[in-house]
Amino acid sequence: MALIEVRNVSKIYHLGGEEIRALDDLSLDIDGGEFIAIIGPSGSGKSTLMHILGCLDSPSKGTIRLDGTMIEKATPHQLSRIRNQKIGFVFQFFNLLPKLNVLQNVELPMIYSGLSGRERRERSMQALKLVGLENRANHRPMQISGGQQQRVAIARALVNNPKIIFADEPTGNLDSNTGDAILELFRQLSREGRTIALVTHDPEIAAVTPRRIEIRDGKIARQVDARLAGLDRQPRLANPLTQAT
Amino acid sequence: MNFLNAVVVGFKEIWAHKFRSVLTMLGIILGVSSLVGMSALVKGMENGMKEALVAIGGLEKVRLDENDIPAYQRYMADQAVGCTMNDVYALQKSAPLIRMVTPEMRMRDVTITRNGKYFNPFVFVGTWPNALEMNQHVVEYGRMFNEIDDEMARNVCVIGTETRDALWGTPEDLGYELNPVGQRITIKHQPFTIIGMFQHYESERERKVRELAKEKPVEPVRTNSPARSKGWGKRGSSYVYTLKNSTVYIPLNTMWVKFRSTAGSNNIPDARLSALSVKVADVETLEQAIQQAHNVLMHTHKGIEDFAFQTQEDWAENINRAIRNARISGGIIAAISLLVGGIGIMNIMLASITERIREIGIRKAIGASFMDIFIQILVESVVIAIIGGAAGLLTSLGLVRLLGVLSPTDNTPQITVNALLIAFAFSVGVGILAGLVPAFKAARLDPIQALRYE
Repeated sequence: MALIEVRNVSKIYHLGGEEIRALDDLSLDIDGGEFIAIIGPSGSGKSTLMHILGCLDSPSKGTIRLDGTMIEKATPHQLSRIRNQKIGFVFQFFNLLPKLNVLQNVELPMIYSGLSGRERRERSMQALKLVGLENRANHRPMQISGGQQQRVAIARALVNNPKIIFADEPTGNLDSNTGDAILELFRQLSREGRTIALVTHDPEIAAVTPRRIEIRDGKIARQVDARLAGLDRQPRLANPLTQAT
Repeated sequence: MNFLNAVVVGFKEIWAHKFRSVLTMLGIILGVSSLVGMSALVKGMENGMKEALVAIGGLEKVRLDENDIPAYQRYMADQAVGCTMNDVYALQKSAPLIRMVTPEMRMRDVTITRNGKYFNPFVFVGTWPNALEMNQHVVEYGRMFNEIDDEMARNVCVIGTETRDALWGTPEDLGYELNPVGQRITIKHQPFTIIGMFQHYESERERKVRELAKEKPVEPVRTNSPARSKGWGKRGSSYVYTLKNSTVYIPLNTMWVKFRSTAGSNNIPDARLSALSVKVADVETLEQAIQQAHNVLMHTHKGIEDFAFQTQEDWAENINRAIRNARISGGIIAAISLLVGGIGIMNIMLASITERIREIGIRKAIGASFMDIFIQILVESVVIAIIGGAAGLLTSLGLVRLLGVLSPTDNTPQITVNALLIAFAFSVGVGILAGLVPAFKAARLDPIQALRYE
């Protein structure tokens, strides 16, 4: 069973009597451990898809099963639990809280999952070590560079051990060098077995992922799966597809 | 998010905007201190009134006055006997719920003269020695007349300070406290010896005025016009105490022998008492005692109800009503200022959440639920109110002291623990109410919209 199963999902907005189909009868599976890019020009519906998959929004039609839970039937409270426990977000504008220092920012998701102060501290330091920022723990977000801020955001996304990480244009606000470093960090995380979905409009960035889904007008226009072509640079023993080839 | 975390976050948020938070708290501080100050003033007023109630004899004192005969007994009006000494002895013998009976024979329009000065006492009565306890008098100089003085109908009197002040001069005028015991005065052309003087009765307020005046150097008032009587309300003192001070007591028999026996209409001496005071054994059984006295008196009055009981309960009820009114009006004013403080909190919380829409979006995206955000904003508002309330309690202590200094002649305002508790509880309540709307607004924010907000 796939980690995320999307079946015939539509999202319809009504703008001044006009019906806008941001997503149109879209179906999709994402397996555990996959590194996937969702690409498409702006307005294609990729952000809407990410919001729905990330339980920030609910679909107008269709069903979504995330790790065995039907999220279109979940209550707002259940959705917030799912966001807290199973999903990590990385945003284009980092979205760190400027009043809190780096460590407190990373601790934030665990505050909402009700962990003790000591455990929060330990796990945050671990996550910061993973992104290489353990010596910046007491800095304010404003005192560190953009690339470092994005690393903090990634640490925050990781800290609750989510099933999947959504990254929305994670390099969009960074210069190409730091952007590459961030992408490298994602690849490293992917190698460690994490499920990551990268949302971007840039085909170059999408090129780092083995599987790419191109969205246009709310539909899947094209799918590229390097694994199917045997071009997967990261052998995945647990994946039955790779075992078959 | 647990509650403690929310409190910590709330404190941080307040600390981050110190000036704004202090301004917001100011509303609550003023509201709480005005609430406490108001209640302290009312409490002081109540103390003053209760004091006056005790001065006129307390709740257990009941006066028996003559009264109009009811319509169905009018035809027997010429049979009515009025209050006499028979009633006094009957009550002493047959009404065990009544502890003490004091007969009073009063005479009006009495002039006391000495050395060309004169004085008209408000209360000039012949009575028994136990009037001292009945009317809560305290003898400062000399003694009260006793049973022997009464038996022998001696020309002795016990006076209040007003008489002394009128005939010799006030302590302020003389510069010293004159002791009139042993002096001779003339009451209605009869020579009398003063054997005692009561202490000077005054309210707490008058005492303060006098003490303040004592500290200032005495400036003799020079006027060219003749001194005029200013009636009973002179020196701005309260009515109850002035009346009590202008009391002159003589023995009952003296009154009867020297004045009454010659003063009746058609030369028939009038043996009726003008009033009769009784003291009940227990305030709890006031109703029963009055009923008992009523039954006894119906016998001695030949079944004609020409008398009525005057209890102090009406007075006490008036006091309570006045206090209640003052409390309600003061409370409403203070509550309004507290409400204004609450509106200030709500205003600032609304501004604060607008400023933090993005933060709320981020918190929601990483898993904060509706209740998490709701509690966070609510706790923040309550923390402001609690700090403001606590600070308000402190300032109220200063405020009450300031009130005491500003008007030292009034009843001392008194802070009660109840007032402090209620004011604090109110401030917390206002904080909760003021936080509800902003908290609800914040918690209901759509995370996607909030994240896009710039």
